Amino acid sequence: MNIVIIGCGRVGAFLAGLLDESGHAVTVVDLEKASFAHLPEPYKGNTLLGNGTDMDVLRQAGIESAEAFLALTQGDNRNLMAAQVAKEIFGVRRVIAKVNDPIRANLYRSQGITTFSRTSILGTLLKAMLDEDPEVGKVLLEQSLAHERRLAGDTSAPAPSAASAPGPAKVSR
Amino acid sequence: MYFIVAGGGEVGFHLSQALLESGHEVMILESDRRRAQFIQEQLGSVVLNAPADEGRYQMEAGCGRADAMIAVTGDDAKNLVICQLAKLQCHTERVIARVNNPKNEIVFKALGIDETISSTRVIMGVIEQELPTGGFFPLMPLTGSHLEIIEAEIAPNTPATGKKVGDLGLSTHGAVIGGIVRRGEILHAHGDTPLQVGDRVIVFSPTAAEADVRKALFG
Repeated sequence: MNIVIIGCGRVGAFLAGLLDESGHAVTVVDLEKASFAHLPEPYKGNTLLGNGTDMDVLRQAGIESAEAFLALTQGDNRNLMAAQVAKEIFGVRRVIAKVNDPIRANLYRSQGITTFSRTSILGTLLKAMLDEDPEVGKVLLEQSLAHERRLAGDTSAPAPSAASAPGPAKVSR
Repeated sequence: MYFIVAGGGEVGFHLSQALLESGHEVMILESDRRRAQFIQEQLGSVVLNAPADEGRYQMEAGCGRADAMIAVTGDDAKNLVICQLAKLQCHTERVIARVNNPKNEIVFKALGIDETISSTRVIMGVIEQELPTGGFFPLMPLTGSHLEIIEAEIAPNTPATGKKVGDLGLSTHGAVIGGIVRRGEILHAHGDTPLQVGDRVIVFSPTAAEADVRKALFG
């Protein structure tokens, strides 16, 4: 699957690494060259320097043939704009935007843009951990801990399945 | 009418001032505390010190009864979201967005924001309207006077084509052609020198007569 990610911060780079490893063709876009240092080794996908809300930059990133688009920059508004451009103008089928303001995340979700809020996801998860709720976030925690172990070089950790969808998509549903 | 102006930068400030002067009601949403304070000192209690891209502050500003939400921050993505929030949450009748990158005009239209203002586009429009072809460039003001230097390229089918310098009537406006650049050479501008298409004339003109000079050269 061709996937375009804008924003190569910790989350964007982590996800790009996971997707690249599962055999997807990934292109990560960021304004700052230094951000690409977040990408794990080895990363075989593409990187592109530029503004992820700019249509020409997105075209260059291959959005016209992309099946999934993730907006993971630090700006909620930028993510919302880029996600709408991807969905409405380029017709990308799967579009996910990080929107940390829970109210905006909810509003745009009702408008058909899949959004997730780190604020509400982390907050909910942390509360469940404190409450020792055995259900909430069990799979999420297990998978993310497994990914962490592999990043740290633990080869005995289970590899993710090749068909695994982007993590946040599952969470936002 | 009641306008909410999102963003109290240079554009937002002067826009609000003009709207207030024409008797409208205005509320400015400005997130920077010091900027908001400055605006309040200048324009009175017409500022809400809060981010415009959060729904609850738009509510607080009364977006439901506003005749228009005008988003004029320097950030296109923010202007887009401000307008979409106003439309979706407040059902504000009119939303107008400033577009800093002209390319985004198409994007905004595709995403449901029909009214956009692009300063680049406005300036280009004015220039294209004023000048069918050729060019008219006020180069610089002369310090200590009300004079300026203008460079103009003589265009086809304009009053100046083929006319003698003395017949342009510039002197009645207090303006003088200081020189003519023709094919890279400087010609002295005598009263009986005929102008040709492509000539670049250097005009010394009173600043106030700029429009008259333009008219004499381009019609």
